[in-house]
Amino acid sequence: MATKAKGKFAFSNIFRQQIFIPLAALVILVVFNLIADPSFFKITLGTNNAGYPILSGSLITILDYGSELAILAIGMTIVTAATGGQDISVGAAIAIAGSVVLRVLCGNGSSDELQAPIIVAFLVSVVVAMLFGAFNGILVAYFKIQPMVATLILYTAGRSIAAWINNNELPIVNDPTFKYFGGLIPGIPIPTPFFIAAICVLIIFLVLRFTTLGLFTQAVGINESSSKLNGLNPTLVKFLSFVILGVCVAVAALIKVSRLSTINYSVIAKDIEMDAILAVALGGNALGGGRFNMAASILGAYVIQFLTTTLYKFQVQSDALPAYKAVVVIILVVLSAPKTREYLNALGKKISGMFRKEEVQA
Amino acid sequence: MKKKIFAALMASAMVLGMTACGSAPASGDGGSSSGDLIKVGIINNDPNESGYRTANDKDLQATFTKENGYDASFAYSLKNDEQIAAAQKFIQDGVDYLLLSAADTAGWDSVLQDAKDAGIRVILFDRTIDASEDLYEASIVSDMAKEGQTAVDWLSSQGLSEYNIIHIQGVMGSAAQQGRSGALDAAVESNDNWTLVTQQTAEWNAEKAQQIVQSVIDSGTSFNVIYAENDDMAKGAVAALDAAGISHGVGKDVIIMGFDCNKWALQELKDQNWNYDGQCNPFQSSYINDIIKKLEAGETLSEKTIIMDEKGFDATTITDDDVANYGI
Repeated sequence: MATKAKGKFAFSNIFRQQIFIPLAALVILVVFNLIADPSFFKITLGTNNAGYPILSGSLITILDYGSELAILAIGMTIVTAATGGQDISVGAAIAIAGSVVLRVLCGNGSSDELQAPIIVAFLVSVVVAMLFGAFNGILVAYFKIQPMVATLILYTAGRSIAAWINNNELPIVNDPTFKYFGGLIPGIPIPTPFFIAAICVLIIFLVLRFTTLGLFTQAVGINESSSKLNGLNPTLVKFLSFVILGVCVAVAALIKVSRLSTINYSVIAKDIEMDAILAVALGGNALGGGRFNMAASILGAYVIQFLTTTLYKFQVQSDALPAYKAVVVIILVVLSAPKTREYLNALGKKISGMFRKEEVQA
Repeated sequence: MKKKIFAALMASAMVLGMTACGSAPASGDGGSSSGDLIKVGIINNDPNESGYRTANDKDLQATFTKENGYDASFAYSLKNDEQIAAAQKFIQDGVDYLLLSAADTAGWDSVLQDAKDAGIRVILFDRTIDASEDLYEASIVSDMAKEGQTAVDWLSSQGLSEYNIIHIQGVMGSAAQQGRSGALDAAVESNDNWTLVTQQTAEWNAEKAQQIVQSVIDSGTSFNVIYAENDDMAKGAVAALDAAGISHGVGKDVIIMGFDCNKWALQELKDQNWNYDGQCNPFQSSYINDIIKKLEAGETLSEKTIIMDEKGFDATTITDDDVANYGI
């Protein structure tokens, strides 16, 4: 999708496009891996322990584990654009939604039989996640609390709420079909999370293409009062952005709990909010709200997973990973600062000016 | 106006947060307690922290009941300052015994001195603190280094020709991580045929463990042992093996080792999908009960630090009774 979008631009324009930032990061990572160890790109077809075919390799791993992040990046981009702030409670909200899925599936305690169809459990968790999203949305949209402060409430309380939902038990789902969402559908060798992410991406692009969601969100994000004068309802738009993020959270939660068929309230999706915000930033979107580029955010999410997988591959201590991500954040923040932009623009003009001079002299 | 609403919201959020963390069954109903009940104040970490803590809390709740002659009050927090505040409250309430599993090792001197001055006897369980030994009667702890050593001894008794180990560590610096890593590090150092394929912390997190093992598989390095410092991480590692079609368990390609003896983990052992699980005993209440009975009878304790018995289970010898009795 990203490459398709790229084809539309004239090459000379590429540097000006927002998607250039995640694309450049991706290229740097790809080149680094090509030089360091080309086997990074090897993909092999094997069978898993259940006897079904599966593709494996680092690239597949990236597509697999980057999926939750890509799904969250969709919602986070819209929240960022509309409110000019970020939701830091998505990790805790995933714990809640995941806990709801298990609660509906297992009833009281673990059992071998599913108490309800998976789709029902999922839909209930979607509703619950939307409600918690609505809670954040009300605080931000109606009470005008800064998004980060408002979502701090759920960030603090969310994991305890998740534990309540299952009476502090850690239920385990033994039904093999539940593993499909975070693993493989028998016969299809590509991990299911990738397909789920692809469906989410498709839906959001259709929504952005055929509804005014994107336009309204950006209008509210750029200038709330003028959008109000033009007949929009900024409160509603902001509120809706959190509800949409709630849906994304529920989908990500389903994948997360399906991966291991259980949940650990205190560590599930830990620190994922930071990665989701980083994906939005890496996509070149202004964290202060306004214009956004959805494709760039989603690509940003996969680039972050690319970075994580690369670091694991080179056996960087995993507790040092946040430090490497911090380096990326620093570079992004510095690059997007107005002062740097001015300087780079001036530099660019100077260089092109020099070329022109040389042409004239020649 | 805006500020007021905000303040009210924050206040309600705090109350929400408090109830979220401290859903303590308030069993100390003040004056109604009769004279012959022993009043104990129990300060523990949040039961949601882990399966270990949940089992630990359930065990304490089951032992310190009115039927057993106790009037117990519970306080939970993962934060040291909140725990200290709870301790001060218990001292004011005039408990006979203060049972403490401290969130942090430091900062307990003054409050325990207050307890001592008030004639309250302190018993530490699960975790030790950096304070003078005079300030408490006894401490009942797990010896994490011994847990690690038992596991490593079991591993070396497997007699593999070479050991290529994926070592998945807990949160770095925690007592459990240090003890369990220490034994393995020493064994790798002293045996030529033991190698660490990778040594990474997954911070007790199954997802991270899954990714770490996945990255080793993707890189094509061969391994035959996974030494995970708790059950959750072993589960994550096994999920990665399952996806890659690598067999594991008794008589299979990869040996799986975990710790903590969760019931589901022992079941994996019973089904021979895993090979070894080391116990970290959460059942301190019977030890505490014994100590209190002794102290009440006026006896003196022979030793201050009591190390609990801890087992290591082998998949080839584990029984259904073991799963039922030792699973947490």
